[in-house]
Amino acid sequence: MQSPVTESFAATRLQSSGAYALELDGVARHFGALVALSGINMRIAAGERRAVLGSNGAGKTTLFNAVTGDFLPTAGRIRFFGEDITDLPPHERIRRGLRRTYQISQLFKGLSVLDSIFLACRGVSRRRFSLLRPATSDVNMVQAESILNAVHLEAYRDTLVATLSHGQQRQLEIALALAGAPRFILFDEPAAGLSPTERRDLVAILNALPKHIGYIIIEHDLDVALRVSEYVSMMHNGRLFKEGTPQEIEADPEVQEIYLGGKHG
Amino acid sequence: MSLATTANVTPQQNWLERLGAGHIILAIALVLYPLVASDFFLTQIGGYSLIFGMLGLSLMLLAGYGGMVSLAQITVAGIAAYAIAILGNNNSNILGFGWPWWLAVPFAVLAAALASALIGWISVRTEGIYTIMITLAIATATYYFAQQNYAIFNGHSGYTGIRAPAFWGIGWRDARPFYYLCLGLAVLSYAAVLYGSRSTFGMTLQAIRDNPRRMRALGYHVTAHKVFAWLLAGVIAGLAGVLLVWFNGRVSPGTIGVDAAIDVLIIAVIGGLRHPIGPFLGAVVVVLMQTFAIDIVGAERFNTLIGMVFLVIVFVSPDGILGLWGRIKPHLAQESLRPGQ
Repeated sequence: MQSPVTESFAATRLQSSGAYALELDGVARHFGALVALSGINMRIAAGERRAVLGSNGAGKTTLFNAVTGDFLPTAGRIRFFGEDITDLPPHERIRRGLRRTYQISQLFKGLSVLDSIFLACRGVSRRRFSLLRPATSDVNMVQAESILNAVHLEAYRDTLVATLSHGQQRQLEIALALAGAPRFILFDEPAAGLSPTERRDLVAILNALPKHIGYIIIEHDLDVALRVSEYVSMMHNGRLFKEGTPQEIEADPEVQEIYLGGKHG
Repeated sequence: MSLATTANVTPQQNWLERLGAGHIILAIALVLYPLVASDFFLTQIGGYSLIFGMLGLSLMLLAGYGGMVSLAQITVAGIAAYAIAILGNNNSNILGFGWPWWLAVPFAVLAAALASALIGWISVRTEGIYTIMITLAIATATYYFAQQNYAIFNGHSGYTGIRAPAFWGIGWRDARPFYYLCLGLAVLSYAAVLYGSRSTFGMTLQAIRDNPRRMRALGYHVTAHKVFAWLLAGVIAGLAGVLLVWFNGRVSPGTIGVDAAIDVLIIAVIGGLRHPIGPFLGAVVVVLMQTFAIDIVGAERFNTLIGMVFLVIVFVSPDGILGLWGRIKPHLAQESLRPGQ
């Protein structure tokens, strides 16, 4: 398990890298009269691993959708490694190294596991429109095989995605996010519906990610969230209301009162 | 439908094994068909089925792999047909630039492909029933425009006197050469779609059909891929349009009417959209019914019979003839495994 780090550790690393992976300045999103996000300011260093916690309806997934471009923010700017990506379409953001997983698995039921990961690798290459069948020696196919092993799905290489168990589909979600040299990943409740054993495997997979890959993880299971993150942001009613290290968040009485059910822990 | 790109082919297989027994038997039957068929069965049944099979194939590419049901495939074919009439020779005393076939055909197919891409670009912002409605609107608008425009389309008369060329010492308008011409282009289109279904683009298209949102989140420009699929489908429909105008010797608004558009849809649905062979099976059934139903139930009832057969097939098997075969095949295999068989 990776040891939690303090904000100063993140700041030191940021100083050495000289860039933020993700910067959100006053990001807001309104749906008519409903304010889903309001004045979100967030800076995440390259390689930093951040947990975003909050109750249902706090705006966590809306935040992800705004970052990935599923919809544009009503106000504010978003920068990715120094580049303003606020107005870019989703696929252009992905090609810059941003990835995400979904709360409810978004997979290709008619494809095999290997084909799905292959397409994920191909998505950021120049041969997306190739009318040729990929060979086993194709660089993207080799990458796909490697990712297949990394997420322990090698036994299901040619299995149809529709026939995978829920846990295996969640693993495939992560595999798709890892494809094609990501620089930053948004994990949306990756442990949802997993068994205790599968959760342990998930923690091992996340902690084994290369150090240069940063991420934000939304997770209701605090055992998972606090073990794979260096810093925690709390959201409530579309706003960020508290930030700190996992220990600070766990010990905070207000957080315990609102989210952990009073005498937690 | 597994799309495993490498698992289906082992290195030990030669090209005959990869082709499969079904394809080999079908190929031999189609090549030898002219030896037993009269000129009528060669062109009116064989040639016509292959042409409409290609039209159905272009729809299958869009609907089966891309989830985009189009009613404008006959319109795309009609554009190629009109282009052949305008760029080549006709006896309507309008336009007819006299280009040789080897120049007119590529331009006609290109025009059809570009028109298809334009229709795709307009319609890919919609899904399901709305795609059908938009493409139906485009097909209907083109039909009425062709009927009322005399400068380019020559109004309701259209163009007549368009003939298949003669080259390499062969008159391709004759029954047997024309059948082989249709067969050659149909096999080429079928093989291209079958091979392409396992290409990067083919898998991409099927993944977009399954989950466009996820494909965007993997770096794909979903609209561009869909429009490219329309372009490719337009090439196949364009080739079918060239054959159609050579087959009929004429092209008029009636060629691209709504009834013809619905025929293409019926062909694809009856045959099945899961595999490129489906539209050709559907075309044979529909062409046979259109030709002979009138002899069975008379001129006033033959459309009712065609409709009833369509209803029965769709009712028994929503996946068309292919789906029916898929359900029967395991039972046949079990029968053959019984002791004493």
